[in-house]
Amino acid sequence: MPELKRTPLYDLHTSLGAKIVPFAGYDMPVQYGLGVLKEHLWTRQHAGLFDVSHMGQARLVPEGSVSDAALALETLVPVDVLGLKEGRQRYALFTDDEGGILDDLMVANRGDHLFVVVNAACKDDDIAHMQAGLGGPVSVEPVTDRGLLALQGPEAEAALARLVPGVAGLRFMDVATFDWEGAELWVSRSGYTGEDGFEISVPEGRTVGLAEALLAMDEVEAIGLGARDSLRLEAGMCLYGHDIDRTTSPVEAALEWAIQKVRRRGGDRAGGFPGADRILEELETGAARRRVGLLPDGRAPMREGTELFVGDTRIGSVTSGGFAPSLERPVSMGYVSTDHAATGTGVEAEVRGKRLPATVADLPFRPSTYKR
Amino acid sequence: MKYTEDHEWLRVDGDVVVVGITEHAAEQLGDVVFIELPETETQVAKGDDIVVIESVKAASDIAAPVDGEIVEVNVDLADNPGLVNEDPLGAAWFFKMKVTDMEQLDTFMSEDEYKDMIG
Repeated sequence: MPELKRTPLYDLHTSLGAKIVPFAGYDMPVQYGLGVLKEHLWTRQHAGLFDVSHMGQARLVPEGSVSDAALALETLVPVDVLGLKEGRQRYALFTDDEGGILDDLMVANRGDHLFVVVNAACKDDDIAHMQAGLGGPVSVEPVTDRGLLALQGPEAEAALARLVPGVAGLRFMDVATFDWEGAELWVSRSGYTGEDGFEISVPEGRTVGLAEALLAMDEVEAIGLGARDSLRLEAGMCLYGHDIDRTTSPVEAALEWAIQKVRRRGGDRAGGFPGADRILEELETGAARRRVGLLPDGRAPMREGTELFVGDTRIGSVTSGGFAPSLERPVSMGYVSTDHAATGTGVEAEVRGKRLPATVADLPFRPSTYKR
Repeated sequence: MKYTEDHEWLRVDGDVVVVGITEHAAEQLGDVVFIELPETETQVAKGDDIVVIESVKAASDIAAPVDGEIVEVNVDLADNPGLVNEDPLGAAWFFKMKVTDMEQLDTFMSEDEYKDMIG
């Protein structure tokens, strides 16, 4: 097994008493002293600081204007990148020729270039995919000399604005560059928790200093991957490799909202991305299965891999599931055949050989609190 | 109190043992969110998985430490699984069982031996 990589915050994590686990090739903190449950609730009530430096950051730098980079990236994603205004960010998907999902990502228009953030486990493939797919006039520059922090929760703005007052002026999915004591921060108002908050790309050598400055504040606690997962599950967000992967299409995954009209049939730039035939067809006619929320009727969590039935017919399976601390109940998401995907449909989940009832539910389980 | 390699504690009271999990086990599990207990009057064999315990992280099983009959289960745990984290050695006992063969208890560890095992 290859040596696990470490983020700039590794020593800080261990000094904070983190439990370290291997994740996507990195030694990462799964929880700190508070534990998953309290870290989750802390983030919903105050502000949680997450080390997401393992994720992939890259700049797509055009020879000419940023619209060249946008049009080039549009050949790899079913998303309106050209229409993304300067200082704005958007969710996107890399698709494959069969219409499956290679990864999900954030893409930001930073004026003279695009900035993307991709999943840690996919980043090498994603970089190669972009280098092969974007062509000569757009250079793909992996950003390997920066850490990435997320500060999430209702008190995130107050905390970060103490160091960088300008961030208070950002709205959800805005991006901008700020100076923090001589360090250039690339800040977006976004996250993976359903809370208001920020994601901050920071020069590697200043990552520890920024994290320590935030953690010194009363409202900020360090939060591990365990709570990151339960927070995003409550927010109905997909975890790549679990809820979405090459075997799931964007329509099956209920991610139609990420495909703007201009890339759909009848749009000015319809198609022109991998798997367009299937994806454009499914946008009009639907898919045979669909990602849905599932609320177990009882208290037993229904975890990834749990098979779902209606009567004797297997109709799907759970792709993420566990206990939702803010809702004080178990929640799951998974794929079911479309004829059983309507909200309120009763299904049965096979848990340890027993059939337990669950109900199809809308996502997210908990409404987001973004500052729009 | 006796301890098993599976991080259970046993308090012996005549031919009945009260069974729970150790502080170390509770800490390793993390926040417990769901517990499924066996039915009373069930005959169980040593090693049978008879309790399901789910934490925020994962599901695990607790095995019957000896042969015997379940005589009582802690119904409070079903309503308040977090007791396992708050008071693993006290209020969060799981079940009481009538032991078929008391000699099966002889192989279990003392507190000092258990502490040595977990380091």
